[in-house]
Amino acid sequence: MPKALPTALAAGVVALPVLGGLLGTILPAFGILPALGGHHFSLDPWRALLAQPGLGVSVWLSVSTGLAATLISGASVALFCAAFHGTRGFRLAQAAIAPLLATPHVAIAIGLLAIAAPSGLVARAIAPLAGWSTPPDVASVNDAAGISLVLGLVLKEAPYLLLMTLAALNQIPAMRLMAMARSLGQPAPVAFLKIVFPLVYRQIRLPVLAVLAYAMSVVDVAILLGPERRPPLAVLVVRWFFDPDLSKTFPAAAAACLVLICTAAALLIWYAAERALGPLQRFWAASGGRSGAMAIRLGGLALAILLALATLSLAAAAIWSVAGPWRFPNLLPIRFGLASWTAQQASLAAPFRTTLATALAATALALVFSVAALEAVARHGRAARQGLLAFTLLPLLVPQASFLFGVQVALLSLDLDGGWAALIWAHLVFVLPYVLLSLTAPYVALDPRLAHTAACLGASPFRILITVKLPILLRPLLSATAVGVAVSAGQYLATLFAGGGRMATLATEAVTLASGGDRRVMGVFAVAQSLLPIVFFAAALLLPRLVWRRRAALA
Amino acid sequence: MNVSRRHLGLLATALASPARADASDWPAVEARARGQSVAFNAWAGDEKTNAFITWAAERVRASYDVELRHVRLRDTSEAVTRVVAERSAGRDTNGAVDLIWLNGPNFLALKQQGFLLRFADTLPNFALVDTAGKPATVTDFTIPVDGLAAPWRMAQIVFIHDSARVPLPPRSMKAMLDFAATHRGRLAHPTARNFLGATFLKQALYELTPDRSVLRSPADDSAFVTATAPLWTWYDALRPHLWRQGTQFPEGGPATRNLLNDGEIDLMISFNPSEAALAITSGLLPPTVRSYVLDGGTIGNASFVAIPGNAAQPGAACVVANFLLSPEAQARAQNPAILGATTVLDLQKLTVADRRRFEDLPRGPGMLTNAELGHTLAEPHPSWMTRIVAEWDRRTSAA
Repeated sequence: MPKALPTALAAGVVALPVLGGLLGTILPAFGILPALGGHHFSLDPWRALLAQPGLGVSVWLSVSTGLAATLISGASVALFCAAFHGTRGFRLAQAAIAPLLATPHVAIAIGLLAIAAPSGLVARAIAPLAGWSTPPDVASVNDAAGISLVLGLVLKEAPYLLLMTLAALNQIPAMRLMAMARSLGQPAPVAFLKIVFPLVYRQIRLPVLAVLAYAMSVVDVAILLGPERRPPLAVLVVRWFFDPDLSKTFPAAAAACLVLICTAAALLIWYAAERALGPLQRFWAASGGRSGAMAIRLGGLALAILLALATLSLAAAAIWSVAGPWRFPNLLPIRFGLASWTAQQASLAAPFRTTLATALAATALALVFSVAALEAVARHGRAARQGLLAFTLLPLLVPQASFLFGVQVALLSLDLDGGWAALIWAHLVFVLPYVLLSLTAPYVALDPRLAHTAACLGASPFRILITVKLPILLRPLLSATAVGVAVSAGQYLATLFAGGGRMATLATEAVTLASGGDRRVMGVFAVAQSLLPIVFFAAALLLPRLVWRRRAALA
Repeated sequence: MNVSRRHLGLLATALASPARADASDWPAVEARARGQSVAFNAWAGDEKTNAFITWAAERVRASYDVELRHVRLRDTSEAVTRVVAERSAGRDTNGAVDLIWLNGPNFLALKQQGFLLRFADTLPNFALVDTAGKPATVTDFTIPVDGLAAPWRMAQIVFIHDSARVPLPPRSMKAMLDFAATHRGRLAHPTARNFLGATFLKQALYELTPDRSVLRSPADDSAFVTATAPLWTWYDALRPHLWRQGTQFPEGGPATRNLLNDGEIDLMISFNPSEAALAITSGLLPPTVRSYVLDGGTIGNASFVAIPGNAAQPGAACVVANFLLSPEAQARAQNPAILGATTVLDLQKLTVADRRRFEDLPRGPGMLTNAELGHTLAEPHPSWMTRIVAEWDRRTSAA
């Protein structure tokens, strides 16, 4: 395999649309978009943007919700692992995250609405005690500060970071390190944060940064849970791009650039915090202090609560999908039935097929590419890896809202929009990094002695890959598949821009219907959207146990 | 697939050039439409309308072998932007949008750009439209339709209140302010970015503006300031009393209806005189809700379907538009158990059998008679809506 092939492929498949799309957004931000009569460099788009009332609030909301969601997700996972690593609760959490990982953001958000809204389940439970006959006039969701938005993001991102942490834990001698630290008299939770977590964090750093970039530019969850007035910046971008007044395209492009700038700033803030906290952590580790175990155990409970809330959200969406009339303050619907499902059957069929086909195609391509690329890296060393990673991870760190508009313009002029190729490609751009990310750590951590031994026995590199490496990697491969399917099934903006209105997936339909429609229909689409990835996650969990039932260490 | 798409694209060019669909040989149009697929871009915020479109799709498949695909929109402007984006990228045929449900500013935007096909006046069923009795079917928001869009349903503003909590609702926009002040947080209107929220403000403008006649012409800066000054005074007084103190607004009509159903609010605006009846039947509103109109009359308009000039399947889109105008489809739409949308047809022009379809329709609970609906106010020029929305956006986005 040529050394440069994976890098070239990554550049062509992923980096080209991202960088090209970025260019297609930056140029209109400076007045250049010939199709709409913009021929000259101009700062007018920026002036129009800055004159927008409430812009500062939107910017602050994007940055604060992004950082808060990332910090809370990451910290809750770290504390939980520290508090419960190796316990029964830990294994329970491992099982609990599978359906949550599978569930697209929108479905969780819909479920959270059903729980936390002023007329939601929480208020209904309190109502008899508080004597409410009508819901309280409290912005418990869609609040101006974005608290419910942060919560909605955390419910989805914390399980993802936990999964990444679990994968990382498998690649480091966590148990040995723990045993050593405990033999020095360190309580387990303290020992974990002192010596295991830094190793874990090195491996999950990219996913953490990806969560940050995602949370900063998320549109679908923000539409559902964020404020309608002065929403996060990315929502404004999409609003203006879809404004029938085409002159808004220019300030929209400027706003998309601003999303990029804000994301870069947030990533820098995060990086600075890492640099500042690193020495502190090492000082703490070296100090030999043993206190803090109780605090860590308490903090670890936060994730348990979050996982429970996320699971409840899913359940609430499912209950709404089979609910009959269900008015406030009734805690349960008057009756249950499949009426909503029957009524939506026709509307579900086509988007379901499109979602499935796109997810399968994009994930299969991403798997083949990732394995090929990692294999090339394994053979040619780190140099190839740097370029590959840099290109592939672009879409994770570059906010979607800032380049998809440019992609749409390009697809239109190439007459490619609205076709399968464009849709699968657009999904591949986002699926590939996640699949590659899921596979990189396990691949790199493969014990090289296995391959060396096989090579000594005369096996070709290809045979080593097929008979030694891939079987060992079965579990990460399957979880990567599930992650890929889930990422694809959750793509909202990419489908909107690349689908050209011809292609509707469950994600786009769910957001369309979820803008306040019938909660029962929202429930139906939330459940339908989750079913497909849930099946894949279940398979990823169960298959290795079946296949490797005689080799427990691999399962 | 690609070859046949190009072939159909050529066919579209033949039909579209010069921006006029020749439907004079209707049987030929129907014959050519067989096996084609129509992308109907329609706002999907209302489940009843979605179900009606699903029914229409089944009917045109059975009768005309046309595949009607509902492209579900959060906002009609998505389809408008798509058409414009395609045009600006130089795609003059084979566009992704075959048929759009629109009116008002969206219609004007496409009409002004010359992006719409002239087809409506040549549809066989267009002869049945009550153009004299329902002038909104040929003049949309003061803009002559010129055959660039076919009407398919009438709409009129009504208010829906929960009679169990509010037996005597306010009957004017001025009284709405007093109501809100005494029922704090119990009134919500959809965000003005949504057509229904914008119409709430236009309804108030009608009542409060010193000279209504200026609303017939395009708004310029000075006319806008003069005409809307009393509106903003009223609104600044109203806003703190609204749901969430007027800092947040529901996304649209269905979201507002959820609030009424949950008991978060007591009063809402609707564009469908049958919405209350429909929602009671489907359990989306309590049985105690009732509709009413304001004493000075309320804004009414017609909904249209239009065909972009670069549509991939303009002929098949014509077949769908004609079907939507058929007595069968119109009577189903007017059925208060289905959609409750007043027909655009003149019943006198129908055959006895077709007229019976309308006369036999049931009446839903809490529905208003034509007399109760009173006289409708014509929509102002679209520029008023555009400017009101922008001004509202500015005022409510500032701190």
